[in-house]
Amino acid sequence: MGEFNEFSITVRAVLGAYRWRRIDPVPWTPLEKPLSECRLALVSSAGFVLPDQQPFDESLRGGDFSYRRIPSDVEGSEFIDTHRSESFDHTGLGSDPNLAFPIDRARELVASGRIGSLARSHLSFMGSITAPGRLVRDTAPEAASLLAHDSVDIALLIPV
Amino acid sequence: MCNQTVSLVAAEMERKGISTVAIQLLRKVAEKVRPPRALFVPFRHGYPLDAPGEPARQHAVLDAALRLLETRDASAPVLVDFEPELNPGSRGAHP
Repeated sequence: MGEFNEFSITVRAVLGAYRWRRIDPVPWTPLEKPLSECRLALVSSAGFVLPDQQPFDESLRGGDFSYRRIPSDVEGSEFIDTHRSESFDHTGLGSDPNLAFPIDRARELVASGRIGSLARSHLSFMGSITAPGRLVRDTAPEAASLLAHDSVDIALLIPV
Repeated sequence: MCNQTVSLVAAEMERKGISTVAIQLLRKVAEKVRPPRALFVPFRHGYPLDAPGEPARQHAVLDAALRLLETRDASAPVLVDFEPELNPGSRGAHP
């Protein structure tokens, strides 16, 4: 695991030739207080949407760079997997969305006192973005501002 | 691409004053993209928190991620391997 060899030859060739976006300089916000006083937001790239939300659009060239707000009181059973990628097994996500959007685990962390509170809204992206320019320029800063205005201290980001 | 996407979003959040930790499923990609704090997990794509319906195993990954946030003397970028056998609740990587 952790290497390209879990993918098909075609996907491996694409990943091997792809010019990955390098973060430079790497921004850094040190944690200034105990986790037990921090507000947590979840950010998943599993392509989950809720029944009243638009599915992510696989047909967009370069990938769908939009995001969906997921209210903190969501039930895992409400998630709809709109990530169409065939390069990974969706079975686990179907049986337990916590695998990539651990909302139940996050509530347990708050209940145990490990985390202070949860954000009002969490964020869902779809990760198959090969041309991330608009993500970096537009939607990621907008999403980050949304969480900052909700006084979020920490974010856990989960790819699939 | 998911690994790059969450890394780029994490960087924007750090710029807005939010401390982040990103799970990563491809170590090579994490090394190239350089998210601020990353926990590399030895699980296949589609299973970033180990196993469905296994809260203890999922918590083991989450706890390791949270501990990265608590590391005081770190400097960016931080990339740490999740070692299932060293984490209570985890039963090891998928075959």
